[in-house]
Amino acid sequence: MNAPLVVVDGLEKWFPVRGSGLFASRARLRALDGVSLTVGRGEVVGVVGESGSGKTTLGRAVLRLLVPNAGRILFDGVDITNLSRRALRPIRPRMQLVFQDPFASLNPRMTVRGIVGAPLTVHRQVSRAEHAVAVGEALELVGLPPGAAERYPHEFSGGQRQRIGIARALILRPDFLVADEPVSALDVSIQAQVINLLLELQSRLSLAILFIAHDLAVVGHISDRIAVMYLGRIVELGPTREVLSHPLHPYTEALFAAAPVPDPRRRGRRALLTGDIPSPIAPPSGCAFRTRCRYALPACAEARPEFREKQPGHFAACIRDDLTLGPSAQGAHQ
Amino acid sequence: MPDSDPALLQVEELSVRFRAEAGMLTAVDRLSFELRRGETLAIVGESGSGKSVTSLALMRLLPPPPGCEVSGRVLLRPSNSHDGGGGGVDLLGLAPEQMRQVRGNRIAMVFQEPMTSLNPVHPIGAQIAEALVYHRRISRAVALEAAVDLLERVGIPEPRRRLASYPHQLSGGMRQRVMIAIALSCDPDVLIADEPTTALDVTIQAQILELLADLQRQSGMAVIFITHNLGVVAEIADRVLVLYAGRVMEQASVLQLFDYPLNPYTTGLLASVPVLDPTAPTRQGLHAIPGNVPDPQRLPAGCAFHPRCAHAVAGRCDTAVPAVEAADGGHLVRCVRWREIHQPETVP
Repeated sequence: MNAPLVVVDGLEKWFPVRGSGLFASRARLRALDGVSLTVGRGEVVGVVGESGSGKTTLGRAVLRLLVPNAGRILFDGVDITNLSRRALRPIRPRMQLVFQDPFASLNPRMTVRGIVGAPLTVHRQVSRAEHAVAVGEALELVGLPPGAAERYPHEFSGGQRQRIGIARALILRPDFLVADEPVSALDVSIQAQVINLLLELQSRLSLAILFIAHDLAVVGHISDRIAVMYLGRIVELGPTREVLSHPLHPYTEALFAAAPVPDPRRRGRRALLTGDIPSPIAPPSGCAFRTRCRYALPACAEARPEFREKQPGHFAACIRDDLTLGPSAQGAHQ
Repeated sequence: MPDSDPALLQVEELSVRFRAEAGMLTAVDRLSFELRRGETLAIVGESGSGKSVTSLALMRLLPPPPGCEVSGRVLLRPSNSHDGGGGGVDLLGLAPEQMRQVRGNRIAMVFQEPMTSLNPVHPIGAQIAEALVYHRRISRAVALEAAVDLLERVGIPEPRRRLASYPHQLSGGMRQRVMIAIALSCDPDVLIADEPTTALDVTIQAQILELLADLQRQSGMAVIFITHNLGVVAEIADRVLVLYAGRVMEQASVLQLFDYPLNPYTTGLLASVPVLDPTAPTRQGLHAIPGNVPDPQRLPAGCAFHPRCAHAVAGRCDTAVPAVEAADGGHLVRCVRWREIHQPETVP
């Protein structure tokens, strides 16, 4: 068995929060609160969670676009946690990012050739001819015509722009891609195209992908394993089918219950979460989810629940082993 | 109208055209539909389908000519069928001052982004009271009391204390509840909700959908729910209108639409929605509609969907815009081939 391509171990990232008052500057927003995760070579790991769960921060930290406050990040066996910019340079081409918003992430003054070829210009000494060939190949890879190279982003639709973003991410032939909500800004009929394209490229290029999304159904379609995040922690991690059919954390169950079902005969009768996600500046003691959890016990407030392997390869941070959780919430009992 | 119980809102041949560089651009093309009391009509479409422009046209919130031209009729009938019969007023014919009496009063609207729809420099209590003071001509103090009740109805804890809160002190879900409270303040007959849950997390979306359904049950108001999310449609709609490039593609009850979609666009849209299925193999591709949503400045000739449609036939689908045809049970479809497509034994 090969060692995983990416290993994240006990990662913490906090941001200082400026407030008013004498002691306000001491407040910290815990965006990542002890996250551990691996991504195997050619594996797709989905990360789901609501806004404020820390999923975007995780993606940026893994790519070392942020410096974590604690914990370690290994990329292909190399500890990159504290590497300098210069030391990171040879590793950067192997890890790339696809952004959420295809309107904001492409420079409107650059041609598609300039945008897609920018990583080449930065990382490789290539001739003009080699540059043109590589851009042509990258465009072909994502299903755009060669003529697209001379045009500007505004001439393309949202789905095509996302293809341009993917071509830019792939032109250096990375091993690892972080895709941060790559389809949530797209129209429904276009989302499916981009998901299919990512799946196809993933298997053709045996890419490892950290696929970040808030939509459990989208993540379920594309991922080998799913990590569920809540308030800066991973609360559940396991093989996709296991997580979808036998969730082990009440928050995962609640996400299922909240997802609208495209079947008008299966309306209503769901156990909804009450309230909002608590502030990451002052998260609840013990289990961070306990304030919204229908199964919470007094003990849940006392200690942070251990992230345990409850089933082979299937981890959850919940002290209750007596629950039968289900995707349909009706199967759940107190 | 021959119907014994005329619709509360009747939209006839509504068209909206904008002035663009290359001449007039049709954003909504002869749209007709009805809305009954207590009913939820979902208007579904992708970007450029005209769904939001439709809602702004109904509210008379579009810019005046010559930048924008609105034609057709939007009949709003009295809320009680016994007071005045079937007459109603054409909202498009009202003077701005008359429309101001209707807007926020008989028709109210909830927008997608609650942060930009609320005024950041006023406390929410004052913003809720504003509509009441204007439409009901009551004092500010009485209106603020009513605002407490409204906040309670939309499920905001400690409503009296919250009156003094500013929008930035509330979460996205709470802000959307405030927007709903404002919309409900004058007991509207029609609530237009334009992607009200799109900016929210899925757990908060579920709360807001449930709240809207409860409020509708209590008040009997009719709701026009504009969305791109077919999962949400399945949760809340009684009837559905599918728009594409400014035209109705299909209109049906929610069960008809999900059980027997007749337009290939609807079929494709339904098939492209990822479904949570624990038994399905992972890394499974989705059914995708090829091509792109058309640019409203360069609409394809004939059926606007034909370049992306697997059933399109040259000479039939790319010549004239298909008419809307009636299928069984009030099901309407705009497709010249819907009968053939749904009878696989006949050779096309």
